[in-house]
Amino acid sequence: MSEKVLMKGNEALAEAAIMAGCHHYFGYPITPQTEVAAYMAKRMPKIDGGVFLQAESEIAAINMVIGVASTGKRVMTSSSSPGISLKSEGLSYLAGCDLPALVVNVQRGGPGLGGIQPSQSDYFQATRGAGHGDFHTLVLAPNSVQEMVDMVFKGFDLAEKYRIPAMILSDGTMGQMMEPVSLDMGEIKEYDKSWALTGTKGERKPNIVNSLFLEASELEKFNFERFERYKQIEENEAMYEEYRMEDAEICVVAFGVASRVSHNAIDEARKQGIKVGMIRPITLWPFPKKVLNAAADKVKAFISVELSMGQMIEDIELAIRCKKPVELCNRVGGMIPSTAEVLEKIKEVNGGVK
Amino acid sequence: MTTQILIAGFGGQGILFSGKFLAYEGLIEDKNVSWLPSYGPEMRGGTASCSVILSDEKIGSPIIDKPDVLVAMNLPSLDKYEDSTVENGHIFVDSSLISREVKRTDVNVHYIPATKIASDEGLTGLANMILVGYIIKKTGVISIENLEAGLKKVVSARKQDLFDLNKKAIELGYNYEK
Repeated sequence: MSEKVLMKGNEALAEAAIMAGCHHYFGYPITPQTEVAAYMAKRMPKIDGGVFLQAESEIAAINMVIGVASTGKRVMTSSSSPGISLKSEGLSYLAGCDLPALVVNVQRGGPGLGGIQPSQSDYFQATRGAGHGDFHTLVLAPNSVQEMVDMVFKGFDLAEKYRIPAMILSDGTMGQMMEPVSLDMGEIKEYDKSWALTGTKGERKPNIVNSLFLEASELEKFNFERFERYKQIEENEAMYEEYRMEDAEICVVAFGVASRVSHNAIDEARKQGIKVGMIRPITLWPFPKKVLNAAADKVKAFISVELSMGQMIEDIELAIRCKKPVELCNRVGGMIPSTAEVLEKIKEVNGGVK
Repeated sequence: MTTQILIAGFGGQGILFSGKFLAYEGLIEDKNVSWLPSYGPEMRGGTASCSVILSDEKIGSPIIDKPDVLVAMNLPSLDKYEDSTVENGHIFVDSSLISREVKRTDVNVHYIPATKIASDEGLTGLANMILVGYIIKKTGVISIENLEAGLKKVVSARKQDLFDLNKKAIELGYNYEK
């Protein structure tokens, strides 16, 4: 089982979902995510009880997800940026109903229909709760095909543990590229699902899954309770990876494909004697604030490398309480910064803070 | 050691397939590998490209800015990527499709009329794999030993005839003498 196979990120993600016990998938095609749906269409019919359904729209798909999620079964939908906007109402309902589910966003350039090349410009949308009302979605940002798999397992696990929707925030590069991947996943943890709608068989009171509370004090109570859980998530579930940070004077912060490019730029800068490292957030919400704040006491400056006009940079500044300058290194619209461009920014910042 | 291979040409020439074969060969040799296709409008008739990285170290960016090995299967690809190829790198040219010579003098240039050989040998559509054979011979980036094992990963077991044709194409390229 541990033999590695070459798979596209999108296909590996889909297979991982099936292995994680997700036997219900609802989707609608959109580049660069379509392989997820295509893979599910091929595999699900061969699985006992497996359901693949291409809905009439993204909105229909997310509402079907709500239906399955309310029965306690693992369920997934996937799309790319414009499609995620359509699903945002459903995300708010999932959060309001305290339902676990996995939503995948293989990002492309925007706004509007934008383009089909890789992007990270849905960062705000993903991390601020993509919909109305006070809520969060757990956001996981893989930077390899292996992590596309690992984050599926992690996403379902945390979604069920805390009863919140989880999102994998990927991008066109991660979805389209192939890398060796192992589909070992360990055991699936079982969580209490006594809330699920599974039929009373006349033996218990009916469960109710609902997000409508006309009594203001009652709705307030549920919001407070939900944010107690969010506090636990922020306390316990932030994930990150450090690279060459031991003696770093400059800290690059990047996730997804931007972190892969930054990896090369950092190696190159180190060869030239510049003390630079990277903190790579793996969860974007919860954002790894503590490690960044601790780094702010050691480094001279931060560089946020992202495929957006500068969205994560705000979270970095908040996390470090603006103790140190944070510079932006970005390309947008489907463009990806080259290693040379990131290296140039590192050199510029290094010169500026000496 | 890290080798960055950029294969570029028209959609339909098997650019992505040949890249996938090279990536699997790397995997069989226990290397770290990445394979990144161009996707989108180029795929539908325009230029297509595929970035394959084989490395003994952890691979950072899967995007190739400066290829160690450039494989050009049409003129626009040679025009686009010739200058970015690293010094002392390799440029492979399908000389039956590209009439001009490589301008760079600081790289190793390898011409092979792959498309013509393919059509002469009844291997139409397999110029890509003839080129792959020639790359293996000239760069040694992967070993010819695992040819069959790698092919088994990319050609379905039910299509034995295709397996044989691909193998023949790679061997033709590997044994090509000017």
